[in-house]
Amino acid sequence: MSTTTAMRPEPAATASSAPPMLEAVDVTRMFMVSQGFMKAKKPLHAVNGVTLSIRQGEVVGLVGESGCGKTTLARMLLGLMPPSSGTLKIDGQPLAGMKRRAVARLVQPVFQDPYSSLNPRKSVGSIIGLPLRVQGGVTSEDEKKRVHEMMELVGLARRLFDNYPSQLSGGQRQRVAIARALINRPRMVICDEPTSALDVSVQSQILNLLQDLRRELGLTYLLISHNLAVVEHMADRVAVMYLGRLVEQTDTDTLFRNPRHPYTEALLKSVLTPEPGLGVPDTQLGAAYPNPLNMPSGCRFHPRCARRFGPCDTIVPRPLTSAAGMVECHLYDDDVKKEAAA
Amino acid sequence: MSDRILTVEGLEVSLPVPTGTLNAVQGVSFHVDRGETVCIVGESGCGKSLTALAIMDLLPKRGRRVARELSLLGDPIVGVPEATMSDLRGNRMAMIFQEPMTSLNPAYTIGNQLEEALLRHRKVPRAKARERAVHLLERVGITAADQRLRQYPHQLSGGLRQRVMIAMALMTGPDLIIADEPTTALDVTIQAQILHLLAELQREFHMGLVLITHDLGVVARIATRVVVMYAGQVVETGTATEVFGAPRHPYTRGLLDCIPIPGKTKRGERLGTIPGMVPSLVGHIQGCHFAGRCPFTIDACTEADVPLTAAAGSAHEVRCIRADELMRSGFQIVESVA
Ligand SMILES: Nc1ncnc2c1ncn2[C@@H]1O[C@H](COP(=O)(O)OP(=O)(O)OP(=O)(O)O)[C@@H](O)[C@H]1O
Ligand SMILES: Nc1ncnc2c1ncn2[C@@H]1O[C@H](COP(=O)(O)OP(=O)(O)O)[C@@H](O)[C@H]1O
Ligand code: SF4
Ligand code: SF4
Ligand SMILES: [Mg+2]
Ligand SMILES: [Mg+2]
Repeated sequence: MSTTTAMRPEPAATASSAPPMLEAVDVTRMFMVSQGFMKAKKPLHAVNGVTLSIRQGEVVGLVGESGCGKTTLARMLLGLMPPSSGTLKIDGQPLAGMKRRAVARLVQPVFQDPYSSLNPRKSVGSIIGLPLRVQGGVTSEDEKKRVHEMMELVGLARRLFDNYPSQLSGGQRQRVAIARALINRPRMVICDEPTSALDVSVQSQILNLLQDLRRELGLTYLLISHNLAVVEHMADRVAVMYLGRLVEQTDTDTLFRNPRHPYTEALLKSVLTPEPGLGVPDTQLGAAYPNPLNMPSGCRFHPRCARRFGPCDTIVPRPLTSAAGMVECHLYDDDVKKEAAA
Repeated sequence: MSDRILTVEGLEVSLPVPTGTLNAVQGVSFHVDRGETVCIVGESGCGKSLTALAIMDLLPKRGRRVARELSLLGDPIVGVPEATMSDLRGNRMAMIFQEPMTSLNPAYTIGNQLEEALLRHRKVPRAKARERAVHLLERVGITAADQRLRQYPHQLSGGLRQRVMIAMALMTGPDLIIADEPTTALDVTIQAQILHLLAELQREFHMGLVLITHDLGVVARIATRVVVMYAGQVVETGTATEVFGAPRHPYTRGLLDCIPIPGKTKRGERLGTIPGMVPSLVGHIQGCHFAGRCPFTIDACTEADVPLTAAAGSAHEVRCIRADELMRSGFQIVESVA
């Protein structure tokens, strides 16, 4: 096995020389949630010490179960919500001191539900042009011209300019959302489940569009998806999240060929490709659903882990980086294994 | 014939809409034998759910249902009194919906609802019903079943609720289960678990299972036979191996080309697409419903309604007048022979 070294949470060293577009170091977000009538509020660590670096022009996939903190992380990266602790940098500048508008010029979101993310009372042209009006300094003629250019870029017919979202199909709505995200020429787009609400024949059109735009505009993407086949198709690198932490991070080919974290293994087993005869695999993932308010001791994955051993329910695993990427699991920590054997 | 659980022949469902009559299901036929999993697959709006609801006689109020034959275990289930239907429902055939919250009552405990599912149909003591509820909850992978029985639906996660729904569907030991998108709202890991469980239970209880989904991956992995629907019609049907191994309808083929498959499709390469939109189902569509989007359309495709026809010597059926010639040419664009 390759040599692994424990390290403090720092952005993983990257092979490519491209400078980072986005850097998160030990980012945490806590919410106080009430557990019911008259009960004291409890802290919920939605994101719990995430360190992630995305290079310019890179596509990073972020995967993990519902509620694991993907959207919360995305909202912080977009400057829509401050972290409780940790630092965020975008294009080399600390996000903390930046104005909302300045962040919006650099990074834009595309959300999952094209039905609820568009204002039903605004026309397509007005929705796509809104970010221009927010930034200010454009004439209405300029705006119209830019909107038309964007509509062409994302494959929306001009005649839809005055239509309302309710008159569009799901795929057309997602194109509107993408046009709106791109009109200010951001450097990076965070796509949160951009195709989950769409049929496969529409999904493939949107994925092709995202690929084309990436090439044409040199965009950087963070792609959040529960569909691992989509992530495999789009991403250069994948980060796997579990209960608020990144538990594995590596390049896409390595992750799919040689998943190391037991949770990553279970995720990969769950990918049901249209290949008959393979059956539905047993993920070996216990039914015990994690409660983020009552975090398991030691490794937070241990109640569901098929490979747990001695130290797993007492010692918190640390991030281990090597040429194979980052993994947070005692199976790869020689010190902990030696200790357990002794 | 004793193994035949469900027969659906020429099922039609229509609904009045402001612009006319919406023909949501147009002559759908299929059957389910004991121990079989039949998957109905197709994109949003193609008529999958209404097909299921029509079988259960649970259509929306103004929905109209017509069928040449609709029978359960050889007995017709059209034109029977509602009392008979409501006894069959939940007893001999049960349905599992996408969002379990719509079929679980938030005001009653899980235990109460599981027991009622049996007591409604059988004269057994409540203690017996409770015993079966505990047994089935354990069977569907719910630990500490005794405690769960005292909980309310909102206290469970989506995955657990769906397990409860499956247990509830099994309370009477039905012959047929119809599951409409049972895992669509769930995480992929939970989806795999629930499907694994459904497949196991189906074998163990020797039931017929109709699984409705828009996910071709799910279908390929779990189906004995596949029914592909497009715009209200069955366009292709056969075994999973036939339909996925050698798809014969341009729509089925097109759908499969849209899906990225790790290790098969190349990263960053363009995926297949099906341009255009599904036709409106209000009124009559002349000829092939897929003609407006099909890369192989010729004049003859829209001249007359296209029947579902079998490939020689098999039950692999397809609704396309050019199926044979497309198969021979390997789906290359071929000039019309006419
Ligand atoms: N109550 C209703 N009134 C009018 N039209 C309806 C009603 N229910 C369904 N429809 C229409 O009937 C057609 C088929 O609907 P159905 O729900 O069966 O499709 P589906 O394939 O299950 O779709 P989805 O995957 O989106 O659930 C659609 O065009 C739909 O809009
Ligand atoms: N505003 C909020 N208040 C309280 N809890 C929240 C809030 N936003 C998110 N959470 C909780 O944080 C966790 C992560 O949520 P989210 O980021 O939405 O996950 P995902 O996008 O992966 O589904 C969940 O347990 C969720 O319930
Ligand atoms: S640390 Fe232990 S419990 Fe956690 S993932 Fe690794 S083997 Fe499993
Ligand atoms: S009948 Fe014609 S239009 Fe319809 S699927 Fe076949 S080739 Fe295409
Ligand atoms: Mg989310
Ligand atoms: Mg449906």
